[in-house]
Parts: sequence; structure tokens; C-alpha cells
Amino acid sequence: MVSAGEVRGRRRISLFTIVNTLILLGVAAVTLYPFVYMLAVSLSGDVYVMKGEVTLWPKGFNLRMYDLVLGDPKIWSAYRNTIIYTVLGTAIAMIITSMGAYALSRSDMTFHKGFTLLIVFTMFFSGGMIPTFLVVRSLGLVDTIWGMVLPGAVSTWNLILMRTFFSGIPKELEESGRMDGLNDIGIFFRIIVPLSKPVFATISLFYAVGIWNNFMNPLLYLRNPDLFPLQVILRNLVLAGSVSSGQVTQIGGDNMVVEDSLKFATIMVSTIPILIIYPFVQKYFVKGSMIGAVKG
Amino acid sequence: MWVKQAQSEVSGIVEAGLPGLNVKRRSGMTMQSRLKRAWRRSKYLWLLFLPCLLYYAIFKYAPMFGLVITFKNYNVFKGIWASEWVGFKYYRMFFENPDFWVLMKNTVLLGVYKLVFGFPAPIILALLLNEVRNAVFKKWVQTVSYLPHFISNVIVASMVIMFLSPNGGIINELITALGGKPVNFMMEPGWFRPVYVLSEIWQHIGWETIIFLAALTAVDPQLYEAASIDGANRWRKLWHVTLPGIAPTIMIILILDIGKVLEIGFEKVFLMYNPAIYDTADIISTYVYRVGMEQGNFSYASSIDLFMGVISFIFIFSANFISRRLGGTSLW
Repeated sequence: MVSAGEVRGRRRISLFTIVNTLILLGVAAVTLYPFVYMLAVSLSGDVYVMKGEVTLWPKGFNLRMYDLVLGDPKIWSAYRNTIIYTVLGTAIAMIITSMGAYALSRSDMTFHKGFTLLIVFTMFFSGGMIPTFLVVRSLGLVDTIWGMVLPGAVSTWNLILMRTFFSGIPKELEESGRMDGLNDIGIFFRIIVPLSKPVFATISLFYAVGIWNNFMNPLLYLRNPDLFPLQVILRNLVLAGSVSSGQVTQIGGDNMVVEDSLKFATIMVSTIPILIIYPFVQKYFVKGSMIGAVKG
Repeated sequence: MWVKQAQSEVSGIVEAGLPGLNVKRRSGMTMQSRLKRAWRRSKYLWLLFLPCLLYYAIFKYAPMFGLVITFKNYNVFKGIWASEWVGFKYYRMFFENPDFWVLMKNTVLLGVYKLVFGFPAPIILALLLNEVRNAVFKKWVQTVSYLPHFISNVIVASMVIMFLSPNGGIINELITALGGKPVNFMMEPGWFRPVYVLSEIWQHIGWETIIFLAALTAVDPQLYEAASIDGANRWRKLWHVTLPGIAPTIMIILILDIGKVLEIGFEKVFLMYNPAIYDTADIISTYVYRVGMEQGNFSYASSIDLFMGVISFIFIFSANFISRRLGGTSLW
């Protein structure tokens, strides 16, 4: 039994709901369509691509473009480099960041205020691109793996996120560790780290994505093409068009449209790992951004 | 084993407890014994902090001292310290450079456009998401919309350039199909700012809704009930309950975004621009890269960078100061 007013109310709500749902579906479509389109074009036959017939679904399905991309040794070496930089960089970053963040979370540490200020100041002011480059170069890090791993080893933002998280751990747990004869290092590794697995997962993912996607550091600190990570190779293949050697361009030849599907295939090859992993890890990212929201 | 454990237990208690007594004792201590005490109390924490400290000293503070090269004619062979002093030569050079105003204008305008259009976008999306009753659908839209935030700038810039290409780019195909003339977006200076701002919104709108959605869940549901009883419709509720409820969050984020207005990411502009559109697309950081890394004029490039750094320091610092005074979050 529903009154007339309620029926009208319900109908109005449902109209709004329909419009709202359509808008949000539109947002999702605009977000996803570029990937669908690139996938479709890269999987389609040349003829259909040139006629502009491919919009949502591959036509004349074939994997030739992917054969070409995956047959290019440069892609594989870039992949290997990126994975090395990401794994090593994340490991180093996590060790330095977590230990530092724990020390900073302990307000009983002598010079606690001074250290905090020292770190926060760098969020407001930095030496800039060139002086940082000169330091990296004078340390002999240019054209080495370490040049990819060390200059970005600590993100102040991540450091502060972790510090905030550690500050929220009850002091009683540390006290109980001390009772068991642990010093501060023991407390950190035996008590704090096991309690903080989710935050370690989150911050590791932030670092890993940051290193995987980073383009500026390799641009500044690498000259040797053998060390180039995926992003630099990708930019050289797709954007600069300055591809001098390698199968990818030879076969792409002077045909503009085919070259496009080749580029799309290259983009997909480098993006698919992220697209596959993303749904499983995105909840950690969201959690991480929420630690920041309650920082004190 | 036994004894050792007992000993450390005792020292642990002594170190941790009795704060009142410590204060009394402290006033009579000499500098040396105070340092000794600090060492005993904090040495392990300092050890944990050491790698972090070294990182900041080497990669953050050493470059700041390296900024002396902006007052010197930096010579690669002589090194920083032996290069001769030139005073404000490079600063004068920059201010007298006709490009100076173009670069300043481009940097400020790009930042302002990004703020004006990029700031409200996630708020609107968050409000729309907040109205969704179906939890699964809401979650799905959220998850999808966060995705581009994790795609690299290289890929986003590639997509933008290829989709906008006059030779078979999908946007131009669409324009031609609708009877228009193809536009060479990436070659026309007038298009750079809209294209850049739109691509920024596409990339980050979803991610930036998170904080507003969190604020929205904190709005007291009783207020909505009370408003319903008073006969308020959806728009009145939005205007009188929702927006006032998240206003503090909006203010804080706005202030922090204003502080960051000059901090435009180098990567994306660098990847998207080309010499044909330097008139609108060249910003301070890309200019610094070309002058410093491509032409090798380290001193001049660093001077420009430092000048910009000081201005943006003032911006960020004031923004944080205001945000703090308003009782909100801040960077420190």
C-alpha cells in the first residue's frame, strides 16, 4: 500500500537515478574506452584499420603486431631493466623509509623535532633539477643501476604517511617489547613490522608504481641505451618516432596507420601488466590515501 | 641469559619510567652528561634514522648548497668551488630575456587553468557517486575511475598525441565524420592548454574523489532525515546539508591546491609539447631542462630554477600557513 505522494517521490528519484547512472557510466566509458580502442586496433587487420572501421571490437583478428613488438629485443631488455629497477628500488626505499619513519614517530627520540623539520622543509624547497643532477653525477651514479634506485629512494610523502601510521600504534606494545629485553631496533623489527603489514604493502605499491612509471630520472641520469627502462623505450618508439633500428619500425615502414597499430600494440604490451594487477591491489592504494587523511 | 635479561629489564624500566624524576635531575646536568644521556636513550633510534638522514643530506640538502653555482660561472673542469663568481649575472640575464614573460605567463596560466577546471571536477564526481544507492555499481565506477592515475605519463601523453593526430587519430576521424575539418591539435598553440588540462582531469579525477568521498561519509545521516522531515528535496539537501558538511574539506584542499599552482609536473608537459607550440606550452621547468641538460648551461638553468623555487616556496608556505590557521591539515 503506497500513497500517491510516495509513488511520485519514488518516480522522481528513479529519474534522477537514471540520469546519474548514465553520467557515471559515461565517466567509466571515457576512462576505459581508450584502452579498449587501442587493444582493438592493435589486434585488427591492416585493411580494417586503414578504412577506420575498428571502433570497439577487433576486425580481422590477428596477433601480427604483438609478434613484432615481442620480437623486438629492445622491448625485452627494457622490461628486464624496469623490473630490476622496480624491485631493487622498492626494496631499498622500503628499508630506508620504514626505519626512518619509525624513528620519526618516536617523539622521545632526541632531536625528533629537528629531524622532522629537516625533512618537512624539503617539501617546500628543493635544489632543483640541475644541482641534483650535478650531485648524482659527482657521485658517479650516472649510467648505473644505482642512479635509478638511490635518488628517489625516499618520498617525503610516503615517509610522513608511514610515520603517521606508526604513531597510531599503542605505546603499550612497545613497552611490552622493552620488558622482554628488546632495544628500539628489536622493537621495530619484532613488534612494529609484523603489526604493519598492510601499510608496508600499501607504501611498497606506491613506490613500485612510482618507479615503474618514472620517466624523468632515466631521462636525466641515463645515457646508455642498454640501461633504458620501459618508459624511455616507449617514449622513443611511440612519441619521438626516432626509431633508428629494430624490427618494429622496419616493418611498420611508411604506412602511417599500420604504424599506429604497432604503437598501440607497444603501449598495450607495457600497460597490460598494470591493467591485470590493478583490480587486485587498488584497495591498498585507497587505504594508503586514507592514512594521509587522518594525519596529525 | 637469565642475568642479562633481568639486567636489561631493569634498565628498560629505569629508562622508560619515572618521567617526573628525570626532569628534576636534568636541570642540574652538564652539557656532556646530557649528550651522554641522549646517546644512551636515542642511539638505536638514531641508527634506524641514519640511512634516511644520509639520503636527505646527499640528495636534498647537497643540491641546495650546490645552488651557489647560480652566482658563479660554473665550469665543468674547475668544479663548483673553483669556478669564478659572477654575482647576479644569470638572474639579470633571465629577467632581461624576452622569453622570461612568456615562460612566466605559460607556467602561471597552465597552473591556473588546471586549478580552475581540475579542482571542481572531482567534487562533482564525488557528489554524483554519493547519490548512488547500489553499492556494487558505486564501487565499480570508483575502481574504474582510479585506474588512469596509475598509468604512466609516457603512456597518457602517447595516447593524447595519437588520438589527436590529424592522420587517423580517432578524435579527428570523429570530427571528419561529423562533417568538420581535421584539427592539428598538437601543432596549434591555442590547443595546448585545453588539451593538457583535460588530460590531467582524465588522469586524476577519480583518484582525487577519494578524499571528498571520505568527507561525505562523515556527514551525519540524521541531518538528512531532519531535512526530509522538513520537506527538503534532493537539491535542497545537497545545498543545505551535503555541501556545508564537506565545506571544510573543500576549503583545505583548495588552499593546498592554490599553494601547488606553480608546481606543474615536468614530465607530462615535456612529453606533450614540441617546438611548434613553445609559445603556450613551454614552461619554466621544461626551459630549465633545455638550457641545462641540452645546452649545458648549468649556472643559467639553475638560476631560473631557483627563482621559480623561491616564488613557489612563498606560495606553498602561505597556503599551508592559512590552512593551519583555519584548523585544517597542512604539510607539517
